[in-house]
Amino acid sequence: MKPTLILILSLLTGFVAAEPPDVTEIVLKAEQAAYYAGEDGVADVSMVIHDADGGTRERDFRILRWNGGEGEQKFYVYFRGPADVRRMAYLVWKHPGEREDDRWLWLPAIGKVNRIAPGDKRTSFVGSDFVYEDVSGRSPEADTHELLGVEDGRYHIRSTPKRPGDVEFAHYDVWIDTETFLPLKAEYTNARGEVVRRVTADRVDTIDGHPTVTVSTVEDVSRDSKTVNTFSNIQYDVGLNERLFSERFLRRPPREAVR
Amino acid sequence: MRGIVAGLMCLLALGGRGAPVEGFVDARWGERVSSDTGRESATLREVRVQAGQTRYLGPVDVRVKADFVYDDLDGDREEVDLDTGEGWVDLRTAWAAFRPAPWMDVKVGRQVLTWGTGDLLFLNDLFPKDWRSFFVGRDVEYLKAPSDAVWAAVYPGDWTLDLVWTPEFDPDRYLTGERISFYPDRFTPESPLPAEVPDGSEWAARLSRVFGSVEMALYGYQGYWKSPAGFNARGRAVFPELRVWGASVLFPAAGGLMNLEGAYYDSLEDRSGTDPNIDNSEARLLAGYSREVRTDLTLGVQAYVEWLQDAAAYERNLPAGHPARDELRQVYTVRMTQFLMKQKLTLSAFLFASPTDEDAYLRGSAEYKWTDRLATTVGANLFAGREDSTFFGQFDDNSNVYVAVRHWF
Repeated sequence: MKPTLILILSLLTGFVAAEPPDVTEIVLKAEQAAYYAGEDGVADVSMVIHDADGGTRERDFRILRWNGGEGEQKFYVYFRGPADVRRMAYLVWKHPGEREDDRWLWLPAIGKVNRIAPGDKRTSFVGSDFVYEDVSGRSPEADTHELLGVEDGRYHIRSTPKRPGDVEFAHYDVWIDTETFLPLKAEYTNARGEVVRRVTADRVDTIDGHPTVTVSTVEDVSRDSKTVNTFSNIQYDVGLNERLFSERFLRRPPREAVR
Repeated sequence: MRGIVAGLMCLLALGGRGAPVEGFVDARWGERVSSDTGRESATLREVRVQAGQTRYLGPVDVRVKADFVYDDLDGDREEVDLDTGEGWVDLRTAWAAFRPAPWMDVKVGRQVLTWGTGDLLFLNDLFPKDWRSFFVGRDVEYLKAPSDAVWAAVYPGDWTLDLVWTPEFDPDRYLTGERISFYPDRFTPESPLPAEVPDGSEWAARLSRVFGSVEMALYGYQGYWKSPAGFNARGRAVFPELRVWGASVLFPAAGGLMNLEGAYYDSLEDRSGTDPNIDNSEARLLAGYSREVRTDLTLGVQAYVEWLQDAAAYERNLPAGHPARDELRQVYTVRMTQFLMKQKLTLSAFLFASPTDEDAYLRGSAEYKWTDRLATTVGANLFAGREDSTFFGQFDDNSNVYVAVRHWF
C-alpha cells in the first residue's frame, strides 16, 4: 500500500498518534517485517521435526529471497539434507493476491525440472509441521482482521478467513510486537474453539538493522508433533541477481546457494 | 567417450574442494506373479551401493556417481558394460560443468538429461531410457539412463537454447528378452535379441521461454529410434535414422497445471511407409492436467495418441499373419499420489490404459520412511491385455511384485 494511501486511510479513520494504528496497517507492517525485510536475504535453515512417536527428522537448506515490486517475490531453496532430498532445489515465484504462485522443483537424480501443480497452500512443507504458507507468507487479503487489544507491548489481532472452506482453521490470533511489528505468536483455532496449531518466534535478533526471527517453533497440537526452525548465517541486501531465480540456476545451483 | 570418463576420474583424484561422499545401499527382491516359462520366477534379486561426490575445482564443478551392484540374476557379473549398465558397476554420472561465458553453461561427460512435459510418456525427450529397470521395479530414477554427451545452453534475452551433442548414439537400455519377455516370445535369456546398434552421433535441441506463468518450448532431434524399430535382412534388430520436431506448452489452468505437447517422428529410412521392416513415421500428441485435489493428494491425468503415418502403405506391405497396429493408438494415464503421516508414507498409483490396444499397465507403490535415512518400499507392476502383441499386453507374463529397503549414507 502506498504511503499516501495509508495517510488518507488514517485521516478517514481519524486515528491520532497516541492510539493504535489501523488494523490493516498493522497487518501490512507485520507482513513487511516478517517476509519482506531488506531488498533480498539469505539464510541457512536447520529444521528439526519432532514426531508424536518421539522420533526426529531433519531438513537442512539454504534459502535465498529476492523482492520485486508490488509484493512480488522470488525464493530459491537448496536442500543440503537429509540424504534423500540432498541437492534438490525449489524455486517459487510468489504473486500477491489471487494469482497462484509458480513453483518448480529440481530433481537432480533424473536431471529434471518439475513444475509443481498449484494447490493447497496448507500442505506440509517438506514433511514438517510448517505449511507452505508459513514459508512464503499468507496473503493479508485472504482474511478479515480485527484488533482485539494491546497486551504487553503486542497487538492482539484476530484474523478470520474469507473462504473458510480452504483452510483447516476457523480463525487465528496473532500477537505482533508494537515496536518491530514482528509477529511473535500465532494460534489457529478450529470450529470447535480448540487451538489446533501454534507458531511462536522463540528468539529475535537484529541483523543488518532488521529485527529477525532466528528460532521459531510450530506445534501441531492435534497431532502432538512440533517442528523447530533455527536460522543462521542470515544476511540482508547481499545484491542477489534476479536471474538466479530461474530454470537455469535450478539446473545448476548458484554458488550463493551451494556454498 | 571413455577418454572423457577417464579424464574426469583423474580430475577427481587430483582434488579440489569436495562435498562428502554420499549415496545409499538399496536391496531389492521381486517376483513374477504369473509363471513365465523359461525364465526365473524372480524379476529382481540385487543389492546396489550408490556412491557419488561433487568436487569444485576452481570454476569447474565435477561430479561422479556410480552404482556397485550385486545382481543375483545376472549370470555374467564380471562382464562390465558401461553402455548398458550391465555387470558389477554401473557408472551413472561423470561430468564436468563450467561456464565459459556469463551467458553460457556447458556440461561434458556422462549425465542424465530430460525435457518435455509428459509424465512417464515421452515425446520430445529422446534421451535414453532404461526399460529393463522400469518394468521390474527398480526406483523410477533408473528409468533415465545416462548419456555420454556435451550439453551446452545459452540464454539470449529471456530465452534458453539447449544443445546436446552425443558423439556416439546412446540407445535405450531396451528389452532383450532376458528378464522381461515380449512379443513374439522368441528371445530368451539363452538367446537374447540380437541387435545392430549404429555408432553415429545424435543432436538434440530445445528453445524455451517462460511467458508470465506459461512455459513454451520448441524441440528438435536428429539421430536414431532409441529402441529397436525394425529388423534387417539378417534378422537383427535395428535403430533406423530418425528426425523429430516438436513443441510444448505448460500453463496454470482450473486450479492446476495443463500441458500440451506434440512431436512429429520422421522415420528417415522409411518415409513412404512401404518398408515393413522399418517403423513408419508417427505424429505423437499429448494433453495432460494435474492438480493437488486436496491436502496431500495429487491427481494427474493424460491423454496421448500415436498417429501412424502412411497407414495404408503400412497395411499393404505388412507380411501375412503379422498383427497390425492401429493407425491411432490411444493411451490414457491416471496418476494418484497420496502423502500420509506427514509425508512419511507415500502411496502412489500410475495407470496406463489403452482403449485401442485393449491393454493396461498399473504401477503401484507404497513407501514408508522409518527415518530420514531408512525407507521400505513395496510395489507392483501389473500388465493386462486382450492380445499378446500389443504394447502392454505383450508383457502380461511379467507382472511382478517387489519389496525394497534403502539406507542412505
